[in-house]
Amino acid sequence: MQSILKPFDIQVDAGQMAVRKALSAVLDGLRPLDLDIEEAGTVELVLAEALNNIVEHAYGGVRGGRPIRIGCQHRNDGIHFCIEDEGEQMPEGRLPLGAAQNIERDVVDLPEGGFGWFLIQDLAKNISYERLGGTNRLCLRLAITVTRAG
Amino acid sequence: MELTSEKEPKLLIVTVQDTRIDAASALRFKDEMRRVAEGGTDPVLLDLHHVEFIDSSGLGAIVATMKLLAPARQLVLAGFTPTVEKVFKLTRMDTVFRVHPRVEDAIAAMQEVES
Repeated sequence: MQSILKPFDIQVDAGQMAVRKALSAVLDGLRPLDLDIEEAGTVELVLAEALNNIVEHAYGGVRGGRPIRIGCQHRNDGIHFCIEDEGEQMPEGRLPLGAAQNIERDVVDLPEGGFGWFLIQDLAKNISYERLGGTNRLCLRLAITVTRAG
Repeated sequence: MELTSEKEPKLLIVTVQDTRIDAASALRFKDEMRRVAEGGTDPVLLDLHHVEFIDSSGLGAIVATMKLLAPARQLVLAGFTPTVEKVFKLTRMDTVFRVHPRVEDAIAAMQEVES
């Protein structure tokens, strides 16, 4: 099946505002799929967490000249994203586990972070990570199969 | 990050006027919340109905605000939009906070307590 959406790529330079810019460009690019608010929310959330991790960890907050590329393709089984950066590799060269945080504790001990990978692992399928030379490549699929458009 | 606050009997209503609490604005959200809540003693109702998107940094900032107010003052949440609700449900943080779908219900419930 030919998707009504042509594969597209987006490139931004790392920075906090760059994440917002990239997210809005991706959602704009997905407009032909006419995603509902739930689906668009899932796309935005998963990509936001992946991109924030790149900005905060792979690039350590350094601004400018640090490319992030996002490739997007719609297939029968959902929307496929590959995200590349040229920053530090993942700790131990592999994907974080993304375990759920323990929230059964006193208010003062509640975690304020560590939810990002959990959300990615929970919402995305077929998550893979490769280090190719100096490039990190994270690919994942969101099981959003759009049939109503077109 | 724009917050507005209104003093009501027995509670302080803080409304987030921005549409996002994300990594780019989480720190300022935390600072602004500290500023508007400073000096008061009433529980705080955080009205999120304008907020269309929150990420894990934004969630962390809301948790940090709850910790800042605790134990003396409760932070109650209201007005979840679909993506905000998704983040709270998936992380099970909706079980940690008192959450009301509608702001009016939250106000009524909070003013009823101890009356």
